[in-house]
Amino acid sequence: MASLPALRLLKRALLADHLVLWLCLVYSAALAPFTPGFASWGNLQTILAYAMPILVVSVGLTLVLIVGGIDLSVTSIVALASVVGGKVMSADEGWLAGHALAVPAGLLAMLSVSAGLGAINGLAVTACRIPPFIATLTTMMLVSGLAIWLTLSRKIGGLPPGFVRLGQELWLAGMTAGVTTWLAHLALSCTLYGKWLYAIGHNARAASVSGVPVARVTFFTYVVSGWFAGLAAILFTAGLETGNPEMARDNLLDVVGAVVIGGTSLYGGRGRVSGTVFGVLFLALVDNSLNLLGLTFYTITMVKGGAILAAALTDALRNRLLTQE
Amino acid sequence: MIEFAHIEKSFFGVNVLKDVSLAVKPGQTVGLVGENGAGKSTLMNILGGNVRADAGEMRLDGQPYAPDSPRDAERAGIAFIHQELNLFSTLSIAENLFIGGFPRSRSWLPFINRRQMLQRTRSLLAEVNLPHAPDTLIERLSAGERQLVEIAKALALDARLIILDEPTTSLTARETERLFAILARLRARGLSLIYISHSLDHVLRLCDQIVVLRDGAVVANEPAVRFAMDRLVSLMVGREITQLFPPRAARPTKEVVLDVRDVAQPGIVRGIAFQLCRGEVLGLSGLMGAGRSELARILFGLDPCAAGDIRLEGESIRHLPASERIERGLAFLTEDRRAEGLCPEASIADNVTLVALPRLLRSWLGWLDRPRVAAEVRRMREAVKLTPTARDGQPVKTLSGGNQQKVVLAKWLLQEPKVFLLDEPTRGIDVGARYEVYRLIRQLAARGTGVLLISSEVEELLGMCDRILVMRGGAIRDTIEPHEFDRERILRAALHHGGLA
Repeated sequence: MASLPALRLLKRALLADHLVLWLCLVYSAALAPFTPGFASWGNLQTILAYAMPILVVSVGLTLVLIVGGIDLSVTSIVALASVVGGKVMSADEGWLAGHALAVPAGLLAMLSVSAGLGAINGLAVTACRIPPFIATLTTMMLVSGLAIWLTLSRKIGGLPPGFVRLGQELWLAGMTAGVTTWLAHLALSCTLYGKWLYAIGHNARAASVSGVPVARVTFFTYVVSGWFAGLAAILFTAGLETGNPEMARDNLLDVVGAVVIGGTSLYGGRGRVSGTVFGVLFLALVDNSLNLLGLTFYTITMVKGGAILAAALTDALRNRLLTQE
Repeated sequence: MIEFAHIEKSFFGVNVLKDVSLAVKPGQTVGLVGENGAGKSTLMNILGGNVRADAGEMRLDGQPYAPDSPRDAERAGIAFIHQELNLFSTLSIAENLFIGGFPRSRSWLPFINRRQMLQRTRSLLAEVNLPHAPDTLIERLSAGERQLVEIAKALALDARLIILDEPTTSLTARETERLFAILARLRARGLSLIYISHSLDHVLRLCDQIVVLRDGAVVANEPAVRFAMDRLVSLMVGREITQLFPPRAARPTKEVVLDVRDVAQPGIVRGIAFQLCRGEVLGLSGLMGAGRSELARILFGLDPCAAGDIRLEGESIRHLPASERIERGLAFLTEDRRAEGLCPEASIADNVTLVALPRLLRSWLGWLDRPRVAAEVRRMREAVKLTPTARDGQPVKTLSGGNQQKVVLAKWLLQEPKVFLLDEPTRGIDVGARYEVYRLIRQLAARGTGVLLISSEVEELLGMCDRILVMRGGAIRDTIEPHEFDRERILRAALHHGGLA
């Protein structure tokens, strides 16, 4: 059956390492002629600016999925961190309005609040043994509620220009996202921590019998995931120049979808940062091109949903092909 | 009643069955033995309708028989009892027996006739001598009782031929006796059995006819009385094994490495006290549920220890977590290889280095020293004689049971342990790999490691150990020195005073 050349080609394509990268290229090439303004330098910048903060959140989530967990609270952590940043730095209503240290203090506050929330998730999962789905779902609800309560649903403007530069200058945002992604990649592929992460994801009991500090590593991973969400919040908030309690509210689908499209297994033990990078890029391309084509938000969401479903199906197919080998 | 003629099968170009012909007569018990990978499972999967043969035919009562699915086989009266039992642990015995088709009150109504179901379950349970209520949940039964439920299920289907694959691996000696008594009764009723096992003494005891498979071909097919253990083993392996156990290279020292003092955990173990010396192989015998595995888990730090003290080289480790006990030189091969011993999806290299990884770093940041990791993997692969055809990056689950166990051993040997706790290290692995495990234990002891060997196979303990402890009901009941080694004494201590059950 697999001897037909077309089928063999399909099989090879499915098993290719960078399938999603190829998909991105094919997709762009196919849509460019029909989509006004798609293939332009300015649009590429738009796509990258959109993708950067989502990439940072997704990389954090990739680590959590590899260790066999899930973190649904990342986008609400982004929202709360955004509000905290505004509350600290804003010239209009900030606690440190106009102070020389407003920006560093704001950054520090955003990152520590996010890491702290990650730590709460981590404790809930390791010390209290609450299933990660429920633990982080609860955090998500509490945190988004808190963000809205703190601001009474208003956006916070008047952010210091020094802070806003972080999101507006593409190279700065790019550096931040690029460096953190690269570090996560190195941590996964070249360090003890990475090996432990995969081992726990594959079989937590075996890892623990082999002396891997399962609880510590898992806890740390949720902290990192929260911290990455905080970093993304900086990029989001600076990019939009407002502290917004509804920041990234609609991006949870993009984040989870990008990681899954990137080939990270929801069952743990399998996944790579490079896959997540391409997954984010792919969804950003879809989002951008359909926007340019004048489709509504709802239609775009449906198309993205379809893409994620296709990714899940591909993954299942890949697994079957791999086990047949 | 069933006849195989010139069966051939290959997977991915590898011939796993070559011109296999054999027959099972009504009321006959045929033993099927061979190393892992000899083709036993494939042959039985063809019979059970899971796999189709490439060539050859089967005849059932003289009629051609070619099942397309396990259901076809069931309808033909062939029941397959797998090594891993296929029962639903949260359902009752009765529900499990009739899961394939419940008795209905009216054939057109989707309601179960409970009364009829319970009644039939009762009579089936009586046939297999299992005194439980039909609505007992499976999860409350022991491994041996579950085995009997599987047999009752086969009887519920009116099976005339039952295939048993390694039925005794998880059974205690007493449960095994019980199973054999039931099997003898079924045989007397005219049922045919195919019995697959690595426990050759069981095969010799139970079977009328023994078929030896090697590399997919039948190398012997004779009445059981013509075989002796030695001959069976050499037929399976294809070379003469003069001794099942490698010779002892060195005597144990008198230097205590592990000192266990009155360790107790309510409801699990009590008053456990013994000393393990450098270079000693200490056996731990007992029935399942006697507390042997539980004791090992307590010593290793996976389960809590309420009282007593555990000293490794004179220092108390009782309050340390498992990870620190490992650092101090403790190693533990668990009884459940797949659930606790290995990450089956991960590669050979990742599994081998999992424990020792913290020592293979280049800097404080946790950076791996890759060339050293690769070199260590290579060294350990040679040390345990892992199959050379496997790649380092290959998932462990693709290996045979014996090779998987070698990976677990390699993982711990890399750590050069001072004390190695081995819980059933040869369970479910073939004769060749078994010999390798024994060789590695001897090597460890010669290098001064203290080995605690937990095993349900008395022969293994007698052949390998310098001293044997026997546990029953959570306590050590007997300590047997080498000059007193005696099969019966061990069994008696394990069961109770008096004779064998």
